[in-house]
Amino acid sequence: MSESASAVEPTPGKKVRRTSFNEGTGRLAALLLSPTLIVLLLVIGYPIISALRESLYISGQRIDADGFVIEGSQFVGLDNFAAIFSGETGDRFWNAFYNTTFFTVTCVVLETVLGILMAMVMHKAFKGRAIVRASILVPWAIPTVVSALLWKWIFQADGIANEVLGTQILWSTEGWQSVLSVIIADTWKTAPFIGLLVLAGLQTIPDEVYEAAKVDGASPWKTFTRITLPLVKPALLVAVLFRILDTLRIFDLPYVLVGPNKASVETLSILAFLESNQNRYGPAAAYATLLFLYIVVVAYVFVKLLGADVIGEARVAKPKKSRGKVGA
Amino acid sequence: MADAEKAPKKIDVRAAEAPWYRRWLPLIGIGAIVIFCLVPFYWMVVSALRRPSDQFDNSIIPKRWSLENFTDVFQPGTGFGRALLNSLIVAGTVTILTLIVGMVAAYTLARLDFKFKNLVLAIIITTSMFPGISLVIPLKKLFSDIEWINTYQAMIVPSLSFALPLAVWNLTAFFRQMPRELEQAAMVDGCTPAQAFRKVIIPLAAPGVFTTAIITFIAAWNEFLIAVSMVNRKDISTANVLIASFTGTSGRDQPFGSQMAAGVVVTIPLVIAVLIFQRRIVAGLTAGGVK
Repeated sequence: MSESASAVEPTPGKKVRRTSFNEGTGRLAALLLSPTLIVLLLVIGYPIISALRESLYISGQRIDADGFVIEGSQFVGLDNFAAIFSGETGDRFWNAFYNTTFFTVTCVVLETVLGILMAMVMHKAFKGRAIVRASILVPWAIPTVVSALLWKWIFQADGIANEVLGTQILWSTEGWQSVLSVIIADTWKTAPFIGLLVLAGLQTIPDEVYEAAKVDGASPWKTFTRITLPLVKPALLVAVLFRILDTLRIFDLPYVLVGPNKASVETLSILAFLESNQNRYGPAAAYATLLFLYIVVVAYVFVKLLGADVIGEARVAKPKKSRGKVGA
Repeated sequence: MADAEKAPKKIDVRAAEAPWYRRWLPLIGIGAIVIFCLVPFYWMVVSALRRPSDQFDNSIIPKRWSLENFTDVFQPGTGFGRALLNSLIVAGTVTILTLIVGMVAAYTLARLDFKFKNLVLAIIITTSMFPGISLVIPLKKLFSDIEWINTYQAMIVPSLSFALPLAVWNLTAFFRQMPRELEQAAMVDGCTPAQAFRKVIIPLAAPGVFTTAIITFIAAWNEFLIAVSMVNRKDISTANVLIASFTGTSGRDQPFGSQMAAGVVVTIPLVIAVLIFQRRIVAGLTAGGVK
């Protein structure tokens, strides 16, 4: 931004401008990107490394073998990890691991199917598009905590859910019902969002393709599986990947909807959070590191197996069709 | 059966082409989606507008409308007004910081071609995937060492971790949509690249920047994990944390009435903003592809 002085003289300035746009771009780019990269390094790079380091230490007050109180950090190697995989903590860890995975698989499958359905409906409908678009954004805009409280209220013992269903289920207690309540609440909040992303993908498919399929006598199901799905696949894969990674770190919803220390909905994030709340940073960091590694593995496998091109849109300038805006 | 009888009477070209369900199915689907999305929200609003004494009355429309839950929420003892202010401070600062830092990066990524561009893009998108908890735990320890616990900055700084990638991603998409000829024309007229950015691009990108600001603000406003980890004092808590920890006046009962009222207060500004700017927000979300 310091070059403004050179703007006054047009002839020499021209050369400077050329170089800064074409030749010296590497250095200029580095300069302009550095604030963002530094911030990301500080708030993400540092904590990740620090969590790795922390997970090898144990801190806080403990009583050693001779009965003395020791303070401060002590290097314990992989003890924190070993402790996670053994005994009672092991059971708790695997339970949380199972819950996290179960939530992710069920929620993402449900949300994707519902999301595609919603997108197809919105794509077909010409009336009432504006109202759908507005209403679909409402669950997205509600804070997760508020939606968790809202569903807790709905699933109250004498709440509306039991009255409508004619049941007497204690939803927010341990067991399948609390798992179900979390899944329902999560699906409500995010299925519309996936629908929105898929709709954007659907709208880039030219009508001619469908006309050609019709001429060739393709059945609606064939049209869907052979044309619609492959063509929205890139948009869908990225949306699903983000949903998977988002659900793997699920915290607010089970924590507020059902509560802490409930085995049936305890996820890895909740487990790590509860440990850190008791100032047991070593084990907490170990849990967090395991969750981090789990997410990395899932993301890697997803990108490798299904070829989700996450940065694709940015790499190649995507042709924006004037028709493309949702419900425009 | 009634429809089958009606059908022959209407000699309509479209009706002849498509059976009745073909025409009505999309509308039914639309209705189903709207109901699916809005009914729980409606229930929150209606529950907030009941009298606390008939809180557990499950009628679709309250027998007696009342604002008592709302006045309860704003009573001095609850600290809810203060919490709203805290949320505003945290989310507002995060949004402003993110936009200042992110705009330059996004413009660079959209316009300049340099060697490690794909790597930088990959880094930025990857950072948005990191689990919050693995950032919060070390930062919490760090912040308790430097006595940042119970401060605004302890909530603002970690929030940049999700807000910045989100904003950069969205802004990059917006900047890329703008034709390069804009800057070229500005530079032909004697602007430096920096001036072209400041005087031509920023004003023209204002809608995109504004949309990104809304999306970032909503994300920061909705944040919970960081806020609940870094702060344990009520007067500095954000609204989300405070609502979740509302305690009932009568023993162990959860004060659902006040919680719903507080939820409505926290949500209504976002819902109004979303309704006003829906088209822009949808465009921003689908361009970003990130939550």
